[in-house]
Amino acid sequence: MAKTVSPGVLALRKVVEDVYADARTAKAEGKLVGWSSSKFPCELAEAFDLNVMYPENQAAGIAANRDGEIMCKAAEDLGFDNDICGYARISLAYAAGKRASRKLDLETGEYVIDPTSGKPLKDENGNVVIDPETGKPKKDPKTMQPYTVIDDIHEIEALPEGREKELRKAAIKPYRQMQMPQPDFVLCCNNICNCMTKWYENIARMCNIPLIMIDIPYNNTVEVADTNVAYIRSQFDAAIKQLEELTGKKFDEKKFEHACANANRTAQNWLKVCDYLQYKPAPMSGFDLFNHMADVVTARGKTEAADAFELLEQDLEENIKNGTSTLPFPEQYRVMFEGIPCWPKLPNLFKPLKENGVNVTAVVYAPAFGFVYNNMDEMVRAYCKAPNSVCIEQGVDWREGICKANKVDGVLVHYNRSCKPWSGYMAEMQRRFTADLGIPCAGFDGDQADPRNFNEAQYMTRVQGLVEAMEANKTLKEGEDK
Amino acid sequence: MSIYTLGIDIGSTASKCVMLADGKEIVSKSLISVGAGTSGPQRAIAEVLEKANMTKEDMAYVLATGYGRNSLEEIADHQMSELSCHAKGASFLFPEVHTVIDIGGQDVKVLQIENGVMTNFVMNDKCAAGTGRFLDVMARVLEVKVDDLGMLGARSTKRVAISSTCTVFAESEVISQLAQDTDKCDIINGIHHSVAARVAGLAHRVGVKDLVVMTGGVAQNAGVVGALEEELGHTIHTSPLTQYNGALGAALFAYQRYLKEQK
Repeated sequence: MAKTVSPGVLALRKVVEDVYADARTAKAEGKLVGWSSSKFPCELAEAFDLNVMYPENQAAGIAANRDGEIMCKAAEDLGFDNDICGYARISLAYAAGKRASRKLDLETGEYVIDPTSGKPLKDENGNVVIDPETGKPKKDPKTMQPYTVIDDIHEIEALPEGREKELRKAAIKPYRQMQMPQPDFVLCCNNICNCMTKWYENIARMCNIPLIMIDIPYNNTVEVADTNVAYIRSQFDAAIKQLEELTGKKFDEKKFEHACANANRTAQNWLKVCDYLQYKPAPMSGFDLFNHMADVVTARGKTEAADAFELLEQDLEENIKNGTSTLPFPEQYRVMFEGIPCWPKLPNLFKPLKENGVNVTAVVYAPAFGFVYNNMDEMVRAYCKAPNSVCIEQGVDWREGICKANKVDGVLVHYNRSCKPWSGYMAEMQRRFTADLGIPCAGFDGDQADPRNFNEAQYMTRVQGLVEAMEANKTLKEGEDK
Repeated sequence: MSIYTLGIDIGSTASKCVMLADGKEIVSKSLISVGAGTSGPQRAIAEVLEKANMTKEDMAYVLATGYGRNSLEEIADHQMSELSCHAKGASFLFPEVHTVIDIGGQDVKVLQIENGVMTNFVMNDKCAAGTGRFLDVMARVLEVKVDDLGMLGARSTKRVAISSTCTVFAESEVISQLAQDTDKCDIINGIHHSVAARVAGLAHRVGVKDLVVMTGGVAQNAGVVGALEEELGHTIHTSPLTQYNGALGAALFAYQRYLKEQK
């Protein structure tokens, strides 16, 4: 069954495409382009009409395009340790001017094709064509790809105008995340993680650009302390002053309020979309929420994002009425997927779930990004709450809330080598999920961007084990009910 | 006439088969010390059939488990994870079991069992420390047979701390102990406690409840079993069939599935 692409999903894709396109245009026109961490208060930048790009979202895209490893290695060659977050490594390599590029033969001007790439060639009957010389399947030349190499935009820019310069520029991979404009300033808020602080300091140093920093203290209690609110509020004021100096403009209250209204509307619509996963069977594949995160991150302060989520909500309502779903298989089990997906291995991640009829009906991003506020102090409090800035009680509460509401049978936990704070407390959380909810949990090792940290055979065994445990649990519960 | 089922467990370092009659009596078993991707699986299958003087056609149902389970599609009627199979095997040998600790070639699993079925589990991350492979590496460095580790460790008079949790660094730690003329038996005792500490950390994540059963090849090493009992504060039960536990579970599931399909 082919996967249906609904009008809402198309609208959401367009929003992200437009954000990147607008930034490229702004850069070409000599306007400022900033890079921002995913949970920086974007409302502040919106008040100055600034074009802002999001390296976390970019790194996820680069990893999904299979260039995570080569970019991570490029960062390691610059001296960054391979223990550092994969997103940070990709972003730092990119900030340093490194680009994933198609290998060129400068004499002929053609790309050098990798003979191991491509899909098997099929004849008119759909059978795989075997090469009589090697006894192995022949490759379909149309699907074969050039080798990927690292190039450097600073080296390219330093070349004299001419053929080589043009060819090397054109060889840089064309997808949007590899064509993101370089930054003129960076906006960093460390609510999302603490690695962020050093990551952005490094970008600012490499590119010699201003860094606007908002430091959010870790929340040891569920309630955010008033002193923390005052501390962060004063940083908002300082950030506004810095942005005024940077842009030469005054802070526009009206635009700020408009951005806040959009961010609230996006959050409300995002939560409504996430709530559709409470239906059994669900009208969508919960894995899709990870893709929609790009909109929540890059465009939550924009009218278009709020509108697109509204459209998606209507699509889902329609699915409920018609009894249809975007999930390409019948839903037998429902799980919470904990953590960021392994973007370079998304098909491998999805395969055993599909084979076993497992739908992801809960992800922590729903409560973590669905924040709504009514004034500046509430906005400060909202930005204090991110997956890695809250205490374990809050974290467990968020997750158990959606596990109950979305009726999950088990939990699949990604122990993400890139994200130590997130993975670090998962062992204890797993224990609490089983104790509180009576459901099995399985953990697997992986990485959000560096494919070297994922082992498919180990993952398959853990998923199969989880499915068998969920089945056993169901049988036990049915026995108790009788 | 009896119903014969075959369980095949293709692990990372060994291939094991168990043939059952009517889901309760072990007719024959085989073990070849090479696992997935080698000639081991085929040799183990040939041996178990030969010992029973039977052919594949005599088997009512064949179920494969272990890392190599998906490479046996020609012979196996079904595949299941080694997690459930170890739970099944252990529940057959010890009906009161609630916790199974299996230390295999490259995996450590701790299974939670309720009424004979696995309800939760935890496995090691991508690290060989605490696995059978860790002990293989240490035995090689110490120039002793891995099968003799238990016996040698029992002769220890003091425990040497092997502090590293990494196989590679633990190896250099052992080498430096040897260079200082530390008694091999004491080093081995330290290695057993290092494995036990690692496995206990994992076991506590899922919870340890009596009766505790240990399976897999490492369960034959009394030194590791004793060290683990000390770490966990629970008595650990093992069986002479420990290495065959996964294959036994697979043969039991095979019988269950056969009966279900006959209905």
